[in-house]
Formats: sequence, structure tokens, C-alpha cells
Amino acid sequence: MAAAAKPKNGRLCSICNDRRAALKRPKTLEQICRECFYAVFEDEIHKVIVENQIFKPGERIAIGASGGKDSTVLAYVLSELNRRHNYGLDLFLLSVDEGITGYRDDSLETVKRNEIQYGLPLKVVSYKELYGWTMDEIVKLIGLKNNCTFCGVFRRQALDRGAALLKVDKLVTGHNADDIAETVLLNILRGDIARLSRCTSITTGEDGPIPRCKPFKYTYEKEIVMYAYFKRLDYFSTECIYSPNAYRGFVREFIKDLERIRPRAILDIIKSGEDFRISASTKMPEQGNCERCGYISSQKWCKACVLLEGLNRGLPKLGIGRSRVLSNEPNKDTKQTNGTKNMQSKQCGTLDF
Amino acid sequence: MQLTLEFGGGLELLCNSVKIHNINVDPQAEEEKLTMKHLLPWIRTNLIKERPEMFMKGDSVRPGVLVLVNDCDWELSGQLDTVLEEKDVVVFISTLHGG
Repeated sequence: MAAAAKPKNGRLCSICNDRRAALKRPKTLEQICRECFYAVFEDEIHKVIVENQIFKPGERIAIGASGGKDSTVLAYVLSELNRRHNYGLDLFLLSVDEGITGYRDDSLETVKRNEIQYGLPLKVVSYKELYGWTMDEIVKLIGLKNNCTFCGVFRRQALDRGAALLKVDKLVTGHNADDIAETVLLNILRGDIARLSRCTSITTGEDGPIPRCKPFKYTYEKEIVMYAYFKRLDYFSTECIYSPNAYRGFVREFIKDLERIRPRAILDIIKSGEDFRISASTKMPEQGNCERCGYISSQKWCKACVLLEGLNRGLPKLGIGRSRVLSNEPNKDTKQTNGTKNMQSKQCGTLDF
Repeated sequence: MQLTLEFGGGLELLCNSVKIHNINVDPQAEEEKLTMKHLLPWIRTNLIKERPEMFMKGDSVRPGVLVLVNDCDWELSGQLDTVLEEKDVVVFISTLHGG
């Protein structure tokens, strides 16, 4: 290490050579000051948006906002870039209330503050309204395994419902480079070829109800947190109480260890994911529509309908596990009970388009 | 040596939800300087009340925990070899939670 140099007064920013370096970028290993960091951070995201033609002027855009670090920084930066570069977008905050006490209620308070701080109108959709079940109620029924399966499936649809209510053209989410690298590895570990081929696309679902974009696809989580820290942005930061059991946690740990040894690994994994080609002889599921609610699905019933049916019939394992490809047996005998409605069951959302 | 420590990103939950700690630490007997390498185990012993594996892994912080000394990334000052001085502010931010 630099022998006599005091660490604090050590290095100058390698971009401006004027101010003191405040952080080391994992992407490039450059040592840069705060101001230059803000500039490259914002500028790189602007370039990603422009080069991938993510937006068109005049579009209404919903920002999936959880009150967490990624979505808060996304709302802040997108707002700023919209102004600075005249994207001409109408921005909204869209939040999902899964009904997780002590987690979601607190983070929703943060989104409500963001609504005021950034001047973006907020819409909240809840699992209770949409499905008749909160996550807390679901976990009481099914226990602590597989909760994330329910929550993830329901959340995707909830965002689509919310986006439809807001009449927006696109949905943006704060998924960052670390998240996408994790997803690539997760899909490899599970042999989910269909998802593997889609998960690195910066825009997905163009053939579905609402296209979704991930402007932070190449943005490192570390930089998002540093940006929020230096700019004193208000965000909520606690792990979901049900998440310790999620499979993704193992992959996250692995990626964090990799990042320490070779920070570029994260972008390189994404590149590998982008450049995968599926062998022509591999059978891929076809995308159609759910027979019950019309949502996009590669099976007869969409996952949300299957899960909901399981919950309402007290069969918490319905839709969980390996029965992926030819899983229509449960559906055959439940079709007869389609008309049964009890206080808690609701259709998982007919989308009117 | 007086130091101020800040825990963010959920790490404060490991220290009884207290975000800011003003502490007094003395360097090890034989060495004159206090480095992060010595401070970390001190923190684990004295401030971390639960789940120490969320804070440290091996000799260093758990991967995914960012460390800033006087608002500068500790990667710039040698990570564990960073030398601490009187009135320094050390910030630990966890990135390991939902976004």
C-alpha cells in the first residue's frame, strides 16, 4: 500500500484530476470523485435508454416502486433524465401491497414520501383487492416454503393490473446488473431454458399486455447504493421476512463472492446470458393464453390461476414443484368447480384490452 | 481513539436498531495504528448483538456490505489495511435486500 500517504488525502479522481476520489467503480476499477460519479452514472443510464430505444416521446410510464434502493434511485434518475434530455415522458409510481406486515407497510410509507419528494403520482394495488389473499394469509396456509413462488407470480400480474389501471404504455423496474446475473445463473441451475432465453432482454413482454423495461440492466448494485447514499435519497432497506428461504439467496451469495474476486464477472455473466443460443432441436413451450383469465401463459391455466385455485381449495401444493410440462391433470377436474365462489376467491384478473 | 460508526441498509437491526454509535477503541498492544482489520472483530464482539454472519465473513465484511471511511470507499484506502484516526467516521451499508 502507499507507504506514508494518508488514505484520506490519497487519490485524485481519475476523470477530473481535481477532486478527491470517493469510490472505486466495480465496472471499470476507476477511482472517481462524487461529482464525476453522478455524471457517469446518469450518463451511462441515459446511453442505455437511447441505444436500446426504450422509450418514445409522449409515452406514459409506470415505475414499479417498492420504496427500496433500486426503485427509489430509478424514480429519481428517470425523473431527472426525463427533464434533462426531454424524453417527453409522463411518469407514474406504481406500488404493490402484498400484505406483509412489518415489511410492506413500512416500505409503502417510503413510496408515499417519494411521491411527494419527486412529484410523481402514485398508485397502489394490493393482493387483497386483486386475489382476496394477503401474503401473510398465504404463508399461514402454506408455511414458509415456496412463498416466493406465490408472491412473485402474483406480483407480476398485480403490476400488469396496476399498469392497465394507469393506462400506461410501459412498465419500468429497477432490476440491476446483479439481479440479472443472478437470474441467468438461477435459470441455468434450474434448467429453465425458456426463461434463460428471455431473462437478459432489456425489454420483455412486448407481445403481452404491458412491455417491461429494465434501464438498470448494466448498473451495478454497489453503484446504486453509493449513489443513493451520497445523494441522501430516502429508501427502505429491510429484507422481506419470508425471503431467507428463497433459492435465489444462494445464487446471490455466490455472485457477491465472485464480485469480490473479479467485479466484471457480473457483466460477463449477463453477456453470456445474452449470447446463449438454444439448440434448434430443443422443444420450447409455446406461449398462449390462460383459459380462465386470458393472461399470457404457456400452459392451459396461468400460474396465478393454478396457485389461487390451490389456495382456495386448501391444496397449497397445487402448482408447486416439478410438474411443469404436462401439468394439466389438476386443471381437468377443477374446471367443473369454476362456478364455485366463496368469500375469499376471486378470478385472477380479467384484463380488458 | 474516538470513532463514529454508522450502520445502514438494514445492518442496524444487528445492533439493536441503533444506527449511529460513538465508540472508543484502543489499538492493539504491540501496534501503534488501528486498522479496519482490528476494528471489525471489535465491532462484532461489542456491537453486533445477533446474526454476526450477516456482518462478517471470515476476516472481512460479508460480501455485499459497503464500507466508507470518511465518506470514501474503503477500496481506495486498502480495505482491511485502512488506517483509522481520531474522530474518523466509518459507515457500513448492506446492499443485500430488496430494491
